[in-house]
Amino acid sequence: MASSSSSSSEGEGRRAWVPLASRPEFAGVTPLPQDDGPSPVVAIAYRDDFRETMDYFRSLYSSRELSPRSLLLTSLAISVNPANYTVWHFRRQVLEALGADLTEELEFTEGVAKRNAKNYQLWHHRRWVAEKLGPDAASRELEFTRKIFCLDAKNYHAWSHRQWVLQALGGWEDELDYCAQLLKEDVFNHSAWNQRYFVITKSPSLGGLNAMRDSEVDYAIEAIHANPENESPWRYLRGLYNDENEAWLNDSRVHSACLHVLKAKRNFKFALSTLLDLLGLGFKPNQEIKDAITSLRTSDSGEAGSDSDLANSVCSILGREDPMRANYWTWRSSKLPQAAEV
Amino acid sequence: MPIGIAASFRFAGPRKEKKKKLGGARMEPPPPPPPPSGTTVTQRDQWTVEQEVGRIYSFFAQLPPAAQSFALEVQRDNHIEYLTRGLRGLAPSFGSLDASRPWICYWIIHSLALLGEPIDAELEESIIDFLSRCQDPSGGYGGGPGQLPHLATTYAAVNSLITLGGSRSLSSINRDKVHNFLRQMKQPSGGFRMHDGGEIDVRACYTAISVASTLNILDDELAEKVGDFILSCQTYEGGIAGEPGSEAHGGYTFCGLATMILINEADRLDLSRLIDWVVFRQGVECGFQGRVNKLVDGCYSFWQGGACALLQKLHPFGLSEGGEDESTDSIDSSLYAASNVSEQEEQENNLESASPQVDGTCQFKQGGPQSASCSENTGNASYNFHERCAEGGSLFNSSALQQYILLCSQLPEGGFRDKPGKFRDFYHTCYCLSGLTVCQYSQSKHADSPPLPWDVVGPYSNLLEPIHPLHNVVLSKYQEANEFFRVASGFVHL
Repeated sequence: MASSSSSSSEGEGRRAWVPLASRPEFAGVTPLPQDDGPSPVVAIAYRDDFRETMDYFRSLYSSRELSPRSLLLTSLAISVNPANYTVWHFRRQVLEALGADLTEELEFTEGVAKRNAKNYQLWHHRRWVAEKLGPDAASRELEFTRKIFCLDAKNYHAWSHRQWVLQALGGWEDELDYCAQLLKEDVFNHSAWNQRYFVITKSPSLGGLNAMRDSEVDYAIEAIHANPENESPWRYLRGLYNDENEAWLNDSRVHSACLHVLKAKRNFKFALSTLLDLLGLGFKPNQEIKDAITSLRTSDSGEAGSDSDLANSVCSILGREDPMRANYWTWRSSKLPQAAEV
Repeated sequence: MPIGIAASFRFAGPRKEKKKKLGGARMEPPPPPPPPSGTTVTQRDQWTVEQEVGRIYSFFAQLPPAAQSFALEVQRDNHIEYLTRGLRGLAPSFGSLDASRPWICYWIIHSLALLGEPIDAELEESIIDFLSRCQDPSGGYGGGPGQLPHLATTYAAVNSLITLGGSRSLSSINRDKVHNFLRQMKQPSGGFRMHDGGEIDVRACYTAISVASTLNILDDELAEKVGDFILSCQTYEGGIAGEPGSEAHGGYTFCGLATMILINEADRLDLSRLIDWVVFRQGVECGFQGRVNKLVDGCYSFWQGGACALLQKLHPFGLSEGGEDESTDSIDSSLYAASNVSEQEEQENNLESASPQVDGTCQFKQGGPQSASCSENTGNASYNFHERCAEGGSLFNSSALQQYILLCSQLPEGGFRDKPGKFRDFYHTCYCLSGLTVCQYSQSKHADSPPLPWDVVGPYSNLLEPIHPLHNVVLSKYQEANEFFRVASGFVHL
C-alpha cells in the first residue's frame, strides 16, 4: 500500500500531473507555502508539481501527521527532490509509526537509486532499513550493491554501504572472490583494491592481516609486474606492511619487484619511490639494485657529481622522471639522513 | 613570453589531422580516436580525459603570445555576472538543490569575495534575511526555510554570513543555539551526525568543528574523541576516508586534516604517508584527482591543493612550534642549498616553464629564517594557523594546477567546471577559484607579503583574495568575524 514506487509516480508526474488539491487522499490538507521572505535570494523557479508537492509536505510535516498519506507524500516529495533529507527523515518517522513493511522500503530505494546512485540520503536510508531488517537482509544488500557496481564500479557510497553490511550483517564468505573478480575485469579499480584490503584485515573467516600477508604480497606483485604504472598494487603492497617496517625491509620479494621494474626502464616511478621509502628506513641494497639505479642516472649536472648517496640519486632521478612532483622529491631529498655511506 | 604548457604531457594516440573548417563558427574539435584495445574501463576513461585535456594544451601552445595571455586571464566580469545572476534567481532544474540553498549562497558569495567583488547593500540584506529564515529555532541552519538543521548547511550559512561581514550579518547568528545543535549532533564515538538521525562521517566532523571554531564555541566536549574518529579514517593508502574502511578521498582528506589541525591533534596522523598520498593525486593533466586511479576534477584543486597547503604549514618534520630559530634548522639550510639560484634566474626559469617540465618549474624556494611572523602563539589554533609560513615552494605543482584551472576548468563565458565536457556550476566555480587562490599564495614566504609575479599564472591581475586555509573564507573576513565572536563570547545572545 504505502510506497507507490517513485519511478512510476515520477513518470506520471511528468506526463499528466494530477494536482494534489484534486486528489481525494489529500482532502482537508491546507498547503503550507515556503517562507522565503519578501526578497528571496537563490530563489528557485519551482515547477508547479514541485511547488505543490512541497507545500503539501510542509503542511503534513509541520502538523507531524504520521499517516499513510504522509508516507505517500514523502514518496512524491522524494521523487521531485531525492536530496531533501528532511523528507527522508520524516519518512522514517512515518514508517516507524505505521510499523510498515520495510522490505517494500528496499524496493522503494532501488527505484530512487536507478535515477541517482550518488545520493547521500538514499544510502543512509538504505542503511537504516537494512539495520532494522537485520542479518537476513545481508544477501539482498550485497546483491544490490553488486548491481550498482555493474554500472559504476567505484561508487563511493555503495562501497561504504557494502562494508557496513559486511560488518553489521555478515556475508563475508564470497567477498575475497568478488574482489578478485572485479580486479580481473579492471585491475586499475582502486575501490576493489581497497575492498580487498578491507576483507583481508577485517573478515572473521580469513585470520587477519598477518595470516593473509604472504599470499597477498604475491598477489600484489603479480599485478605490479603486469602493469607497473598501476598505483593501486604499489599502495596495497605498502599497506600490507603498514606498521611492520622491519618485515617490509626484509621481504626480498618487495625489493626484487622494484629491481625487476627498474631493469625494464619504463614506468618505474613507483618502483623508485618504494626504494626511496625503503632506503629511508635503513634498507641496504645489493649491488644489482645499486647498478640498476646508477644506470638510470644521466650525465646531467646535479645527478652525477657530488651525489655519492644512493638515496639522493633516487631523488634526483625522480625529480627528472616525475617532474610534476619535483618539489616533493627535493623535499624528500632534504629529509634524508645526511650521513649514509652506502 | 611564451609559457611551455605541459610539454611533457604525453599523447596516448597519434595526432589527428585538422578537420576542415565549417563556416566561421567556432570549430568543434575532431572526435578523439578510439582508445587502444585490451584496456580496462579505468584506462579508457583516463585516456579519453587525457585526449581532451591534451587537445586544449596543444591548442594553447600554438597560440600567439597575446592570445595565450588572454586565455590565461581570469574572466572576472563574466564570472561575476554568472554568480550574481545565480544569487538573484535560479532555473527550475535547481530543484535538486532545494535542500542546499545555503550552500548555493556560500558558493556564490565566497566566489565573489575571492574575485574582490563587493555585494550591494540591498542584496546583502536579502541574504541575511534569507539565511535567518533557514535558521532553526532550536539551533543550526537547514537547507531552506523550515528544513531540519544540518551540519553542512550550517557550515555554509555561517561561512556565508562571515563572508558578508558586518555586525548585522554576524549578529544574526544565534551562537548559543548553534552550540546546542552541535552538542546534539555529537556522538559517543567522537564523530558527529549530519542531522538528527543522519549519517556520521568525516565531513560532519569538519563542518561541526569549523563552525565551532569560527564562532568561538569550540570546547572540550565538542572536540572530545574527534581525533580518534578521524584517525580511524586514515587508510593504508595514507589519505583519509569518509568512514573507517572506505577509500582515501580528497574531500574527506581535507576535512579530516583541517579538523585535526583545529583541535591541535594533527601530529597524531601519519603525516608522511598523508603527504605521499596527496602529492600523487596530481596527474599528467595538471589538475588533481580525488582518489587513486580516478579522473581529474577541478574541485579537487581546493580539496587536495588545500590539503597540501595545510601540510606545508605543519612543519611535521622535527621543527617545533614557536620561538625556535629556524635558520639553524637543517631542513631549511638544505633547501636553501638546493635552490641556490639568483632571483633573476629564478624569475626567468619560472616564466618560461610554468609547466610540469624538468628544470625551472618548481624552484623549491628558500625557506629561510622567518622570525617574528612565524612565531607560534599558544592561543587559538585556527587564528594563528594561517600565519605560519610554508617551508618554501609548494608541495604540489602550483603553476601546473593553475594551468588546469584556467585552461580546462574556466569557461570564458563565466563559471568553472569539473573538466572539459562537463557543465559549469556554482560548486565548481567556488572550489576552482578557492584552489586558484591556494596556488597563488602557496609559495609566499611571509603571511603578510603578497605573491610574487611568477607565483601567479597569467597576468598578475589574476590575483585573488587570500583565504583562511582551514575554513575557506576570505582571510580579512575571517579576521573580522574572529574579533567579533571573541568579543561576543562575553554576552548572552537572545
